Amino acid sequence: MFRRFTDREQSNVTILVDGRPIVAKATDSVAAAMFAAGIAACRTTAVEDRPRGPYCMMGVCFDCLAVVDGIGSRQGCMTRVRDGMVVETQKGRREIGR
Amino acid sequence: MIDKALPDSCDLAVIGAGPSGMAAAATAAALGLSTVLLDEQPAPGGQIYRGITETAAATRAALGADYRRGEALVEALVASKTKYSPGSSVFDVSPSGEIAFLAGGRTHLLAAKRILAATGGQERPFPIEGWTLPGVMTAGAAQTLLKQADLVPSGRVVLAGSGPLLWLLAAQILRAGGTISTILDTTPKANWRAALPHLPRFLASPYAAKGLALLARVRLSVKVVSGVTFLRASGGERLREVTYRCGSAEVTVAADALLLHQGVVPSLHMPDTLGCRILWNGEQRAFQPEADEWGATSVAHAAIAGDGAGIGGARSAARRGRLAAWDAAHRLGRIDRAERDRLASDDLAALQRDLAARRFLDVLYEPAAAFRAPTGDTIVCRCEEVRASKIEAAIAQGILGPNQLKFFMRCGMGPCQGRLCGLSVTEMFAQARGVSPAEIGHYRLRTPIKPVTVAEMASLPFGEHADKAVVRL
Repeated sequence: MFRRFTDREQSNVTILVDGRPIVAKATDSVAAAMFAAGIAACRTTAVEDRPRGPYCMMGVCFDCLAVVDGIGSRQGCMTRVRDGMVVETQKGRREIGR
Repeated sequence: MIDKALPDSCDLAVIGAGPSGMAAAATAAALGLSTVLLDEQPAPGGQIYRGITETAAATRAALGADYRRGEALVEALVASKTKYSPGSSVFDVSPSGEIAFLAGGRTHLLAAKRILAATGGQERPFPIEGWTLPGVMTAGAAQTLLKQADLVPSGRVVLAGSGPLLWLLAAQILRAGGTISTILDTTPKANWRAALPHLPRFLASPYAAKGLALLARVRLSVKVVSGVTFLRASGGERLREVTYRCGSAEVTVAADALLLHQGVVPSLHMPDTLGCRILWNGEQRAFQPEADEWGATSVAHAAIAGDGAGIGGARSAARRGRLAAWDAAHRLGRIDRAERDRLASDDLAALQRDLAARRFLDVLYEPAAAFRAPTGDTIVCRCEEVRASKIEAAIAQGILGPNQLKFFMRCGMGPCQGRLCGLSVTEMFAQARGVSPAEIGHYRLRTPIKPVTVAEMASLPFGEHADKAVVRL
């Protein structure tokens, strides 16, 4: 759905998305890194359990929610990647305790 | 410029580091006001100049010359004495003007003599059937990915909607080496007649030549379908197809990405939190805070600048930022009224000229009623997955308005707090009742306006405010 059209001079970092290592640029948001890796859906919805992906990329739609380093409902488009970050797709509504 | 140890108080707190916030902070600091600039993003620029301090040369080339205007604004901000705090999300402002924000996983408080909300706008909701499928996103989202991550849409890319941003994004995608299968233009043809009286002023502005060149360039290399009156995205687990109607023909095309856009509207959450009176702007078909040319609102210590005060574009936003800064300096006794007016005269004149020129765009690109007020199976509230049919039934039953809709079906009560359904819901009520959206009103917005955990709130140090919060003195 997206491809990099240029290579900026930024160091690479590796994050884990559902256990799969993904190489991202240090300036990527979690949502951008997932798009670059071909992942269009970051969660399933709270009511109808349907796949959902980032929609606005600017922090207003809250569709890019994911579990980041064990904390649920983090906005993927507003969270920068960090080497070793663990991202999990969020299933349905947020669970108690994370 | 980036100051880890922010003060507890300041003369002027600016919220948002887009063009208006950057210009306001630099201008106010230059006049000796102690100025703090709080911004949610990790780097300055706002949405229009997103990533301006980090982009690669090839990315800048694809984005075009206008994007580089952000560089001068950042340079002025860096050179100023502004205390700039990135990664800072304001989630509440007390009636007395104390700002609560999250930074580094902790809550901080800042007492400001004046607050300037430079919180900008967002894209108008574009509710069509299937707009919740992965693969469907806003044009602005694709542009953000270009700016921040050098990502260009690939595969079969369809752009749909109306407004300048749609064409700008198309040009940027092409310059970045991407391809676009089709542009589905939903601009109602009847809008042209209404827009014509505003055409001379538009043609006399710098927007015209730029806009027409952009249109010509895109039309040369992309198939454009005009007069589109219906859109549907479909595909099960993700987007596979886009169906559109043009005249009596219904056409379905394969698509990997659908980028939607039908204009930009002011963000309401910050002005509403500040307690500002909100008005309906009929020409731009959106709510906005009541504000004069200086950005002064109905709340004595709060002002608003940039697109949050009504959509005017990036250059007007920077002007409004400077105007608000000069007015703040005047109100805080740093300069007298005559000095404020002298400093502001050029920007004030240019602002009025540019806003007048933009009326043509507002009228021409007013979205069709069908795309403002969805019907049937279309999801209106993306968070709580409330469909139009359910809202239509409630309206027919005589429900009082958008706020009662929240109680009945949680519409607008998910994590986005009505940002993606508020206008659609108001438009649905207005159309069903045959009245202006001004009479319907909008959701009452509640703090915290950004998600904050109890642990983050509890990170506040104990003190007088903590006692007050508990004892309610």
